[in-house]
Amino acid sequence: MSIDDEVVKEFLVESHENLDQLDRDFVALEADPGARDKIAAIFRTIHTIKGTSGFLGLPRLQALTHAGESLLTLLRDGALALTPEITSALLAMVDVVRRILANVEANGGEGSEEIDGVVSQLSALQKRQTSKPGAGTITVLAPAQSPTAPPATATGTPPAIPPFPTVQPPPGTPASGAIPSLASVPTFAAGPIPSIPVAVSDPPAPLFVESPIAVPAPPLQGARAQHDPPASSSVAESSIRVDVGLLDRLMNLVGELVLARNQVLQFSAASKDPSVLGTSQRLDLITTELQEGVMKTRMQPIGNVWNKFPRLVRDLAVACSKKVSIQMEGAGTELDRTIIDAIKDPLTHLVRNSIDHGIEKPSDRLARGKSEIGTIIMRAFHEGGKVNIELSDDGQGIDRKHILARAVKRGIVSSERAARMSEREALNIIFLPGFSTAEKVSNVSGRGVGMDVVKTNIERIGGTVDVSTKLGQGTSIKIKIPLTLAIIPALIVSTGGERYAIPQVNLLELVRLEGEQARGGVERIQGAPVYRLRGNLLPLVYLNQVLGYANDAVNSEIVNIIVLQADDRQFGLVVDGVNDTEEIVVKPLGKELKAISAFAGATIMGDGRVALILDVLGVAQRSGVISETRERTLRETLTQDDAHNAGKEALLLFQVSDNGRMALPLSKVARLEEFPRAMLERAGKRDVVQYRGEILPLVVLREMLGCDDKPFDASVPLQVVVYSERGRSIGLVVDRILDIVEDDVSVKATGSREGILGAAVIQGKVTDMLDVHAVIQRFDPQWLPQHTAA
Amino acid sequence: MTQPRQLCTFYVDSLYWGIEVTRVQEVIRYQEMTRVPLAPPHVRGLINLRGQIVTAIEMRTRLGLSPRPDTVLPMNVVVRSDDGGISLLVDEIGDVVEVSEAAFEPAPATVQVSSRELLRGVYKLDKKLLLQLDADRLLEPSRGAAS
Repeated sequence: MSIDDEVVKEFLVESHENLDQLDRDFVALEADPGARDKIAAIFRTIHTIKGTSGFLGLPRLQALTHAGESLLTLLRDGALALTPEITSALLAMVDVVRRILANVEANGGEGSEEIDGVVSQLSALQKRQTSKPGAGTITVLAPAQSPTAPPATATGTPPAIPPFPTVQPPPGTPASGAIPSLASVPTFAAGPIPSIPVAVSDPPAPLFVESPIAVPAPPLQGARAQHDPPASSSVAESSIRVDVGLLDRLMNLVGELVLARNQVLQFSAASKDPSVLGTSQRLDLITTELQEGVMKTRMQPIGNVWNKFPRLVRDLAVACSKKVSIQMEGAGTELDRTIIDAIKDPLTHLVRNSIDHGIEKPSDRLARGKSEIGTIIMRAFHEGGKVNIELSDDGQGIDRKHILARAVKRGIVSSERAARMSEREALNIIFLPGFSTAEKVSNVSGRGVGMDVVKTNIERIGGTVDVSTKLGQGTSIKIKIPLTLAIIPALIVSTGGERYAIPQVNLLELVRLEGEQARGGVERIQGAPVYRLRGNLLPLVYLNQVLGYANDAVNSEIVNIIVLQADDRQFGLVVDGVNDTEEIVVKPLGKELKAISAFAGATIMGDGRVALILDVLGVAQRSGVISETRERTLRETLTQDDAHNAGKEALLLFQVSDNGRMALPLSKVARLEEFPRAMLERAGKRDVVQYRGEILPLVVLREMLGCDDKPFDASVPLQVVVYSERGRSIGLVVDRILDIVEDDVSVKATGSREGILGAAVIQGKVTDMLDVHAVIQRFDPQWLPQHTAA
Repeated sequence: MTQPRQLCTFYVDSLYWGIEVTRVQEVIRYQEMTRVPLAPPHVRGLINLRGQIVTAIEMRTRLGLSPRPDTVLPMNVVVRSDDGGISLLVDEIGDVVEVSEAAFEPAPATVQVSSRELLRGVYKLDKKLLLQLDADRLLEPSRGAAS
């Protein structure tokens, strides 16, 4: 029999959806065994699969589902109570059904999937019931020992009844065409099989209905259940199924349209013809709207991934003999399809971890005064253009001492280093490759591949992972990921005459060195260029060298450093020019170029030319920035942490008179501004400027501190440090802003002048610490509220 | 296979090559392209073909032939592939030629190794030999691509 491929495909897609729904229903059912609508829904699904598989000539699938259906009948009629054993058997059946379907999808046939075990288990569970008085007579037994056996033989049916005619309409026959032949069925099936409800209303199923169509079903609840629209599973009429490949193509085309639109806008801007302008503006609007629309079609609720978790949690909990419930908030939060795919495995892993490591055994939980049932909460929500996913459990939390001991034992960190580690650092060890806290390897987890993979996978799609834990109370893992991968903001730079795009997520800051700074700013350690960024050494990588361009004369007058974050290290990428930031459409590279780790893809710029997208991690690896061992990284963060604990502070360095170096804690600085002298106005005896709709009084530090009265050069703009307190701002006029450094603020010498707290050695030079309050107090005693003036 | 095949033909350094017409998306004139640093030497750059990013392969380099004089601008034979397609940079475009399997013969053993790899076989035409390019081999990333 030739099966119409379309029909099979439809059946597969539908069945997969149904099976996912089944998993959820089963778990829900276990929580609330009395929920008859759930049983009815499960029954209907199984019945549908059974019916269609008969129609499509898949006898093993049919026999299997038939056995399940029979058991479900008993459950639904209340002849049998749901036990975990039954649930497990039914879930096992669902799994086999899945495997058979996978086989059908791959090979077009059922394959040789073993079904006898499951079938006999299902039958055995029914038989246990048949002896019970009252329910026995209406039991349907699965035949099913042989997969090719006719699927529905009722126990009470006289043996003389021939096997069911498998009503298989010739391909192409409309469904209704088969129905007349069923008219004769009742005569066969008049045996005692009354409890199976008629499922005629189930859309794809009943062409081939063996017994059910026979008898008007006496139990009312059965009949009712199938006419009630299923409470949760009907979105049907308003939506259609679309091939994902088609959506991807649409998305690509829209990306092109966006680029073409950009080009048109460039041309039309030069045109004087109002109709051209008008038309291109409309094109602009429509394109933008179309882009948003198509983006939306690719968005899927995160619930699509979460749906499988209840089942997973149940199975794992049973396997670990723990009791766990899972709660989900924000399952409707939408994400791009590609991202949904990418987070599926990491999330699964985290859930596994939670159950295996996090949640304690029920007895331990009770001993600790917790409820016997552990809870895993998954939350998803949008925030600031990103999707946040949180997974928290109320388990035992992560014991840092335990982690450290383990890490030392495994040789991941040395014991003396472990002793110096901060809490946060210790926690981050779980993300190192090869680390596992499980005492023994279970089939759930403990193989030491995991958290590092989770982290890598999330970071690959531009996301971040963060762990926080409270010993004895639970662990919470926060994941932040971008909404979409297809269109990303990027910084366009140029080197060697070509443009390159750097994804904005990797970008920390831009530093431009000119003249003297450019010549002296870049120092070398054994040939390796470094730059002092606020007192820390920033390794530099020259993009033209990484890309193997001839090392043509590097412009020593201007150095553009792009400070990037790769993994947990920072480095500076030196490029010839920094162009602009742009939203770019990411396109993959062809096979020939995929292997080049320095590139993440390509994009088409507004002028129609192709530009390569840099893979920051790849560039860092190529240039050796992150080839050093992970330990090095840890040590670095450690020193940074220590530094932080020691109370280092970011300081703003500036110059007040010709050689007066002064410093001010950066935390007190609201902004740095430059005002042309023409903006200077006078109010009363004071110099003021209009700043953000307010009047900003200016304090000329040079005068205030009595350095000298040399007037400012009128052609040079005023350098102003804006200081804010309690909603009021004041501008401190300085000669030059020098730098921002991080340093110890312990004052070495006490102040000799008014307005100076004291002096400290910063960057090897004596620097005065400005006493802002004293200066302002002197400038205007009314400005500061009395109690802070002290 | 006895039915006649159609080959799209082109010249690379005086050699007469052909590729199945069904594999060819289009033939276009020289396009500007973006260099790809670190790429294998035969990858000349990336072309924006109406929004499709196409990798341009210099056939002379790929086949181990002498480089094309700068005065000659290559033509693009764009070959479909499942990840966006590649463009073969060739010297000149020929006709679409119908060939019969009877005239086919595998590549003689003496042919240079770098060409052999991509040479599916030879069609003996009346006046000259038509070398059939192995499109499947061509679309595989070449060995020795930069890592």
